[in-house]
Amino acid sequence: MTALRKLFSFNGGIKPEPHKAASTVEPIAVAPLPARLVVPLWQSTGAAALPLVQAGDRVLKGQRIGAADGGLSVAVHAPTSGTVLQIGPQPMAHPSGLLAPAIVLAADGEERWADLEPVNVAGTPPDALRDLLRDAGIVGLGGAVFPSHQKLRPGPHGTRTLIINGAECEPFITCDDMLMRERAAGILRGAALMKHILQAREIVIGIEDNKPEALAAMQAAAGSEAEVVAVPTRYPAGGAKQLIRVLTGIEVPHGRRSTDYGVQCFNVGTAFAVHQALDLGRPLISRVVTIAGNVARPRNYDVLIGTAMREVVALAGPQPDTDRYIMGGPMMGLPMPDFDAPVVKATNAILASSPALFPPAPPEQPCIRCGDCARACPADLQPLELYWFSRARNFGKAQEYHLFDCIECGCCAYVCPAHIPLVDYYRYAKSEVWAHEREKEAADAARQRFEFRNFRQEREESEKAAKLAARNAAAAAAARASADKPLPTGEPADAAPSSTEDKKKALIAAALARAQAQPAAAPPRNTDNLSADTQAEIAAIETRRQQVSPPAGDDAGETSATSAAAPGTADKKALIAAAMARAQAQQAAAPPRNTDKLSPATQAEIAAIEARRQQAASLPPAPPEPPK
Amino acid sequence: MLSALLVMTGIALAIGAALGYAAVRFRVEGDPLVEKIDAILPQTQCGQCGYPGCKPYAQAIAGGEAEINQCPPGGEEGIRKLADLLGREFKPLSEAHGVEKPKAVAVIDEQICIGCTLCIQACPVDAIVGAAKQMHTVVDKLCTGCELCVAPCPVDCISMVTQAETVQTWKWRYPVVPLRVEGKRAA
Repeated sequence: MTALRKLFSFNGGIKPEPHKAASTVEPIAVAPLPARLVVPLWQSTGAAALPLVQAGDRVLKGQRIGAADGGLSVAVHAPTSGTVLQIGPQPMAHPSGLLAPAIVLAADGEERWADLEPVNVAGTPPDALRDLLRDAGIVGLGGAVFPSHQKLRPGPHGTRTLIINGAECEPFITCDDMLMRERAAGILRGAALMKHILQAREIVIGIEDNKPEALAAMQAAAGSEAEVVAVPTRYPAGGAKQLIRVLTGIEVPHGRRSTDYGVQCFNVGTAFAVHQALDLGRPLISRVVTIAGNVARPRNYDVLIGTAMREVVALAGPQPDTDRYIMGGPMMGLPMPDFDAPVVKATNAILASSPALFPPAPPEQPCIRCGDCARACPADLQPLELYWFSRARNFGKAQEYHLFDCIECGCCAYVCPAHIPLVDYYRYAKSEVWAHEREKEAADAARQRFEFRNFRQEREESEKAAKLAARNAAAAAAARASADKPLPTGEPADAAPSSTEDKKKALIAAALARAQAQPAAAPPRNTDNLSADTQAEIAAIETRRQQVSPPAGDDAGETSATSAAAPGTADKKALIAAAMARAQAQQAAAPPRNTDKLSPATQAEIAAIEARRQQAASLPPAPPEPPK
Repeated sequence: MLSALLVMTGIALAIGAALGYAAVRFRVEGDPLVEKIDAILPQTQCGQCGYPGCKPYAQAIAGGEAEINQCPPGGEEGIRKLADLLGREFKPLSEAHGVEKPKAVAVIDEQICIGCTLCIQACPVDAIVGAAKQMHTVVDKLCTGCELCVAPCPVDCISMVTQAETVQTWKWRYPVVPLRVEGKRAA
């Protein structure tokens, strides 16, 4: 369907030299399999994936090796079959030059796929499809790597229009162009799947009019299913908000999302990845990358995620004066710290840079508030104000001027006659604000935990006090009761314990006595049908036991008598002694078992033992007087 | 004359009643200044200022009992913010209360830990988990780096580890333009 659509326009923008022809001469080539792949675990806007494999594990191509951790995270997969060499910090495709955790694979060259299961899309609920996309590692391939499953939720009023972004406005980059030329059917299929998940009514594909081949290919594939619209070539027409505005006229205001207005926008590469994931069961393990810049043969390559940038650029023949790589285009691209940084899901292009191709910026001159940047800004911001506030570290004021609506497209810096690296100031200000927010969140959490801890300590204190008071009351009542009815063994009856300490001790002693009484009261098991010898043995042991215990009681008595100075200890000792006496009394009172049918010798022995026992029992002195 | 007096008295009574009602209805709970000071303090709860936590220190500052330069974790930036808020002069960090250090978290050497729970009791933000005679560990996301757990440890198994910058926490640097000195002239 040809574009009969009314097109709108966005303010600002620039028309840089496109430099796209060189890399669209040859078709997409599949980059050769590297021997070693480094798959970073952090490849989405959310948290890093959790590794599912260990060093030494064998993995198959397309096997999930990292699981999504949280809503904005997606899974990562093995780009080829092989062995996990290690999991640890590796160079990362990030301007910081810091290492980040990654899974390092040694390819075995077999390219053996894991079992792939195409999804029955019609019979699967949208939520399950979103989970499948998360587990297939699908993120926005335009460069922002926002998880697609999160964007595939219908807005509050449903989603009317699904926009597929084939604008690709940045100079040098042609990966979407070539993908549309060669794989239009797959992109359309992916778009149809996304339309199904979003329950959208129409698909609109926006392509800049400097890509006639891609427009023709997409129109041929689309038929009546989608509307393919040529949009005027102007950087940054490929920005999501700018493309939405051009195609629908909707201007998404500050702090809102396009879904609130029934529009959702995806890159063509993302649509193709969705098609691969759902129709073929293939997770996102490779992407088309433009190799351009200071190279002899600029071209697009289908590159496995995790391939070292150096190996991919080598295919295009880099010139010897190449001094660094830029991931992305010249406007928004990020300088790579390392030639060995891996290709990640965000890598749409690798530009070989040289001082001749991208000369260093001339020295910064003072801002004279000429306003050229404000005219060029496609987000309708005041870049000069943002610059002044960022430069002065006045981040609150910068936010008031909507710093976070800046898409870092670089138009302002491109037109700035004073050569001020404006975007660098905005990036600096944004990361400072994020850091402050992280600190503030941590501080708020710490305050909350500290206050809760204080509250908890107070509560525990008061609970303990209440418990103690209750126990004291109970103990006092018990003491009164025992004072009324003294025990026959002469238990010290806690003659009105003076302090809580004494009460506590009394309680402990009572518990001890109970514990000791229990085993004594329990009848010994398996004592029936014993041989006479065994019986005799038992009896002998019993005797020994009896002999041993009285002196202990004796000791206790003596100690309690002598240590009247320490009433607490004496109390305890006295109680223990009393408890022992009780236990002995109980034992004595229990009738001896199995005394029928004994031989006369045994009978005599028992009699002798009994006599000894009597003797022993009479030995200990009378239970000690309660102290005080 | 009388009517004018009555009108004036009536207005005065009406306004007085409105003000009295507003004073009850819109009463501000707590001290808003303490809250503002507390929001600036880093919530490390380390007690280096001489008060048992950030809130008590905020109360002391608000009450005029404490200086604004007693918080080492807040550092110079914190002192500047407090000075701005309170309209006082900036003062360098008081050396008696400590020195500014990079953010660190406590790490327990789990091979040495005997499970005494002393560090758990010392932690002001409940960031240490463990039980008696069981190994303890620090939940590093919750640790404020106050170092209060280091001293009570009887086996010295807790060390403070400086937090390294990660890809996620990395910040873009303040743009600086390198001065290029060329053969003919300095640019």
